[in-house]
Amino acid sequence: GKLTLLCDAKTDGSFLVHHFLSFYLKANCKVCFVALVQSFSHYNIVGRKLGVSLTAARECGQLVFLEGLKSSVDVFFRAQAEPHPLQFLREADVGNLQPLYEFIREALKPMEDGQAAWRYPVLLVDDLSVLLSLGLGAVAGLDFMHYCRVAVCWEQKGNIVALVHDSGDAEDEENDILLNGLSHQSHLILRAEGLATGFCRDVHGQLKILWRTPSQPAAQRDRSLTYQYKIQDKSVSFFAKGMSPAVL
Amino acid sequence: MESVVAQAGLVLLRDSVEWEGRSLLKALIKKSALCGERVHILGCEVSEDEFREGFDASVNSRLIYHDVFRDPLNWSQSGEALPGGPLGALQAMCRRTDPGPVTIALDSLSWLLLHLPCPALCQALCALSQQHSCPGGGSPAEPVRVLCLLHEELHGPGPLGALSSLAQAEVILSGTMGQASAHILSRRPQQHPTRQTQWFSILPDLSLDLQGGPPLESQPHPEPHTPPVSKGAGARTRECGGGVRDSSHEQRKHPLDLQVDPTAHMTFNLHLSESERAAKDSLTLPFQFSSEKQQALLRPGPRQATGRIFYEPDAYDDLDQEDPDDDLDV
Repeated sequence: GKLTLLCDAKTDGSFLVHHFLSFYLKANCKVCFVALVQSFSHYNIVGRKLGVSLTAARECGQLVFLEGLKSSVDVFFRAQAEPHPLQFLREADVGNLQPLYEFIREALKPMEDGQAAWRYPVLLVDDLSVLLSLGLGAVAGLDFMHYCRVAVCWEQKGNIVALVHDSGDAEDEENDILLNGLSHQSHLILRAEGLATGFCRDVHGQLKILWRTPSQPAAQRDRSLTYQYKIQDKSVSFFAKGMSPAVL
Repeated sequence: MESVVAQAGLVLLRDSVEWEGRSLLKALIKKSALCGERVHILGCEVSEDEFREGFDASVNSRLIYHDVFRDPLNWSQSGEALPGGPLGALQAMCRRTDPGPVTIALDSLSWLLLHLPCPALCQALCALSQQHSCPGGGSPAEPVRVLCLLHEELHGPGPLGALSSLAQAEVILSGTMGQASAHILSRRPQQHPTRQTQWFSILPDLSLDLQGGPPLESQPHPEPHTPPVSKGAGARTRECGGGVRDSSHEQRKHPLDLQVDPTAHMTFNLHLSESERAAKDSLTLPFQFSSEKQQALLRPGPRQATGRIFYEPDAYDDLDQEDPDDDLDV
């Protein structure tokens, strides 16, 4: 029951999302993917390069895919009485994400017939910052993640992986509250940053890994590591700072 | 640190993403429980199982956990949520009437501050930390200690300032090179506020290990204004056995592997052996005017070329036969 927070600053951290998606699907876990940023086919194409087929996983029930781009339009064309996960788009005042939470809870419920077909459930969210752009408040986002943690991490001992963008210098207070609030609740923070000196062809960025144990005293050393990385067609190669093969 | 934190009133533990404060909160709760106090915990951020992890059975039996984590906003409509929501739970704590010293822990105050209006929360905190007398009368008021975990980055200066002004002690967590430190600001009535920095670590059994100074490698001399922690000073300090080791009076050797040795993995050699050093010292530099060179110049030997110039005039030279150069006394 762990919450892993992915955040990116000045670069694109979505390669981490693709990695975790294929990782958990290969590990035979039941995955609920709330994809608000890209279409299904995009993830499918990248997933195929990484060795999983999202179409097959969706058909056999291992993957529950909420395609935000398509279903957000459905909100407006449906009768209002029917609940929809992205109902908050329709509400005039500051909404909450309770319908989305109910959808996720329903999707990751253990199967009634008692067969343990899949291992523990996993919730993937890509990404939470988009919800702030859609008009949701930071506290509503935090509450949503709180309830997801209760349902997925605590009740079903599953994992959650969520991506949040770091606005950096852009002084976005709501985003900062969301990011810091989630950071305090997570067990592992993976932070992908662009290099301080700008773009580079051979080193795409830097990954900082911070282990947090919110309630247990952590080992004082080696809690945080930094690697630089280069994204290739089917994988990502990591190396220590300054040790890129292009430089040596 | 104990004398400061042991006093009654509101104590704020301000932590950050990098230096988390929940383990310190749990260490302080364990100390209070071992002293025989009842500890009420309002848990909002982590589940009860996760919070109770690390405490042994004797401590766990003294903890009374009010679980707000499971359903704070009553989304499940199952009737399990605490009545009145989080604010109601907090106000109910003010009204409890059990005798004896009590410690109340709020995990976390940030959660409450994000969900409740700041004035209402401040009023509730004031009511909580006031010294209550028992309703029956006759027995003296029991001090109440309220430990609050606050995540600094989530709030603006306004609410933080308001909470600071209510607090009797503030512990700001930070650290360097893997070693945590607590900057303690305490305000006692009718006294000047005092500041103190204490380096510490939390052991796996949640006991507090105080250390005398920062890691040796980061400072050449210890902090001049870190007073040795006093034990048993003042009537309000509650002495408890077990759980705290104070090693500030011993010279603590920090493990050397904390220091990063830059010469550890180099591909070139920085040191000189004895023969190399001797060879280096005996080398004459080419442009150094040593005594040997001086002698060589003064006495041109047969091997010394005296420097003769052979000149072939080319087409552009203007040789004036009437004014030859031979009479130049060069």
